[in-house]
Amino acid sequence: MEATEHPSVPLLELRDVTKSFQAVRALRGVSLALRAGEVHALAGENGAGKSTVVRIIGGEHQPDSGEVLLDGEPVRFSAPRDAQQRGVAVIHQEPIQFPDLSVAENVFMGRQPLRQGRRIDRRAMHRGAAEVFERLGVPLDPARQTRGLSIADQQIIEIAKALVADARIIVMDEPTAALSAVEAERLFRVARGLAERGAALLFISHRLDEMYALCDRVTVLRDGAFVTSSRMSEITNDELVRCMVGRSVEQLFPTREHEAGADVLVVEGLTRAGHFNDISFSVRAGEIVGLAGLVGSGRSEVARAVFGVDGRDAGTVTVNGRPLRAGDPKAAIAAGVALVPEDRREQGLVLELPIERNTSLARLRQVSPAGITRQSRERALAAAWGERLGLKYGRLADPAATLSGGNQQKVVLGKWLATEPSVLIVDEPTRGIDIGAKVEVHALLSELAAEGMAVLLISSELPEVLGMADRVLVMHEGRLTAELSKEEANEETVMYAATGNGRAGEEGSAA
Amino acid sequence: MNRVHSLLSGREMSIVGALVAVVAVTAFVNPSFVSPQGLHDMFLNASIIALLAIGQTLLVITRNIDLSVGSVMGLTAYLSGQMFIADSGTPVIVVMLAGMALGAACGAFNGALVAIAKVPALVVTLGTLYVFRGIDYGWASATGVHQINADQMSPEFLSFGSGSVLGIPHLTLIALVALGIAGYALHNWRSGRELYAIGSNPQAARLAGIPAGRRVFTSFVISGALVGLAGVLHASYFGTINASVGTGKELAVVAAVVVGGVAIFGGSGTVLGAALGALLLTTITGALPILGVPAFWQRAVDGAALLLAISLDRAVMLRVAERLRKERSLRRV
Ligand SMILES: Nc1ncnc2c1ncn2[C@@H]1O[C@H](COP(=O)(O)OP(=O)(O)OP(=O)(O)O)[C@@H](O)[C@H]1O
Ligand SMILES: [Mg+2]
Repeated sequence: MEATEHPSVPLLELRDVTKSFQAVRALRGVSLALRAGEVHALAGENGAGKSTVVRIIGGEHQPDSGEVLLDGEPVRFSAPRDAQQRGVAVIHQEPIQFPDLSVAENVFMGRQPLRQGRRIDRRAMHRGAAEVFERLGVPLDPARQTRGLSIADQQIIEIAKALVADARIIVMDEPTAALSAVEAERLFRVARGLAERGAALLFISHRLDEMYALCDRVTVLRDGAFVTSSRMSEITNDELVRCMVGRSVEQLFPTREHEAGADVLVVEGLTRAGHFNDISFSVRAGEIVGLAGLVGSGRSEVARAVFGVDGRDAGTVTVNGRPLRAGDPKAAIAAGVALVPEDRREQGLVLELPIERNTSLARLRQVSPAGITRQSRERALAAAWGERLGLKYGRLADPAATLSGGNQQKVVLGKWLATEPSVLIVDEPTRGIDIGAKVEVHALLSELAAEGMAVLLISSELPEVLGMADRVLVMHEGRLTAELSKEEANEETVMYAATGNGRAGEEGSAA
Repeated sequence: MNRVHSLLSGREMSIVGALVAVVAVTAFVNPSFVSPQGLHDMFLNASIIALLAIGQTLLVITRNIDLSVGSVMGLTAYLSGQMFIADSGTPVIVVMLAGMALGAACGAFNGALVAIAKVPALVVTLGTLYVFRGIDYGWASATGVHQINADQMSPEFLSFGSGSVLGIPHLTLIALVALGIAGYALHNWRSGRELYAIGSNPQAARLAGIPAGRRVFTSFVISGALVGLAGVLHASYFGTINASVGTGKELAVVAAVVVGGVAIFGGSGTVLGAALGALLLTTITGALPILGVPAFWQRAVDGAALLLAISLDRAVMLRVAERLRKERSLRRV
């Protein structure tokens, strides 16, 4: 075992841990050692068992067998509270908040700074929260109510909670899933600082480059089983992928012959006061247009206004030459527009319903000849999509809530992609899904475009935008700062515009 | 700057506004409504309900409810009568403490079923509503004492109930003290904030390491003690007790709490709001006969207010949620 090459006792260690949920064996014999000063990556496909490891370390689940050791001593956490008291902090994959309370209270719940007489020191609490947000580079208002925050902001709160906990062992379950490269880089700086001061970190991400940038060591899981553990510097990208997927993944992005047709979606002068200003662009049939920008730059808001879930103060949206009414999503759907929302867990999935029901919800007609839903068709449809996206599930009749985070994403994605619209707006389509499924999603988007669909792709993952888009629009603080052709677009040009250095986009192309 | 805060005080302001309107209209019809005696009575009548509402708020904030309050109150009122029958010289403070202890015990029973056995509070307290009332009647018929009158109680006890300091009734003072303590604790203590957290999102509360079971249990006990105290005060104020004291009070209390802006699904609201809600509803009830509304309409007021407040809350909630969502990109400090 590793003990010979590291004489020091790990802060936290899992030894041969197993865990089952009814028939699903989520973990079978996983061992993992987290050492002071080290950032440890945990890699694996969706459903490999990463979050289950996290929940065991955090005291949410108890292992069926095997042991958890803290400073070399066996411990048993029977609730999250036990783990927290022993210096463990967890950033959860699905952030959950207290919607009625302020942002600062969410960050500090249970560990609010106190002053005389055990009173909560609100001033200090707000200051503390503002400081953490400053460190993370996301200026959230500590006094605002948490209800209604975007996924990215919720993720920032989730991270802030772990930072103020002053923990020795920090577990980060896909903290960067909703963040763009700039915020992620800030987080890494903070994480490295924590490690330097002697904390042990566990980091989970589906973005390999992030693992290489941040982590010292990696452990790979596949189907709940331990595959390998290695120093990050001693494993190549290809080897890592092969360990995770069990095969090599040749090409992350499909090669596409770009043959754009006529303008399908034309947006002109779109304005929503306080959110974005004078946004003009168009998407042609068969074209994939990327929309890049930092968290909070207003990309999702533009998408929502185009689709009509939010109203607009000025500007026009036309689809196939017909103007769309403001604030009327039904009209947008009728005109052939589909929006895959950013917040899929809240807006796209019915957690209590079976998986098969969720996949068919948007296409009930197809599975319901003569108006009666046929379960066999529903199941066949779900199975076909599950196969295509590599969905990992127990039974299709299980509630969607039992799926791993990434697999939930796949279900929603499949549901919307198959409605076959003429304009598809996808907001962060590959967030939280593993590399194998990413390839599938990319292939699918490219296929859909080849069939003549106009695709607007919002993504915080720069390589994805660069690899997929025929044209890249960049937003900064509610304005379009650049429109780049495939040739012009690269990491520098996009980041330059995303941080507010670009000119306004070339108006001519929007006509 | 503090949006959460301004929303809350908005609700309290509108209750005060409604209160002023009701008082003004009624005083216009009958000026004696705002005489010192009239105001004195108004506060006195509201005090007992306010005490119950303060306890109930602790529970509703955590997404729980106690429907057994009327029965517990009846039980402790009857207990105080029985204590005087046993020894007519029993000190007032002993009766109060005994009432609070019995109330706390009832609360502990409810709380244990909710927090430990994980039975929904609605079910548990609907059951104990009848169980506690049954014990009350059982006690009365076992001892053959169906009614206890003023002459069987100590004069100190009776004069405490109707007495006042500087024109403020004792009962109102007690309600104010309870209000001050509960309001302070809910706003300033970690355990107080944790009650909001539990009601706002129970799963997140567990992940945040909040001992939810213990907090909910404690809330039931504290609320029970306040209800127990209210029963004793009821006895000392009215001077006649039978086994049916407090029947139907749960409706008035829940209505007061909800009218006061405490969200029925937990997570938000203040004890000040609840107490103001109690004051508003008792004032409306008191004003109705003066305005010539037949007495049988009075019970309907609480129910109507409850429905109105819940619908209003729902509408406001949706609007606020929508606004917050839309404001999310405007988040610079
Ligand atoms: N509460 C549960 N009930 C039933 N099955 C569960 C439960 N939690 C997890 N599972 C199953 O356990 C397996 C591992 O899930 P886990 O959440 O650990 O995956 P993961 O590696 O975190 O995946 P992702 O990358 O998608 O987040 C999955 O097959 C999942 O369906
Ligand atoms: Mg996971």
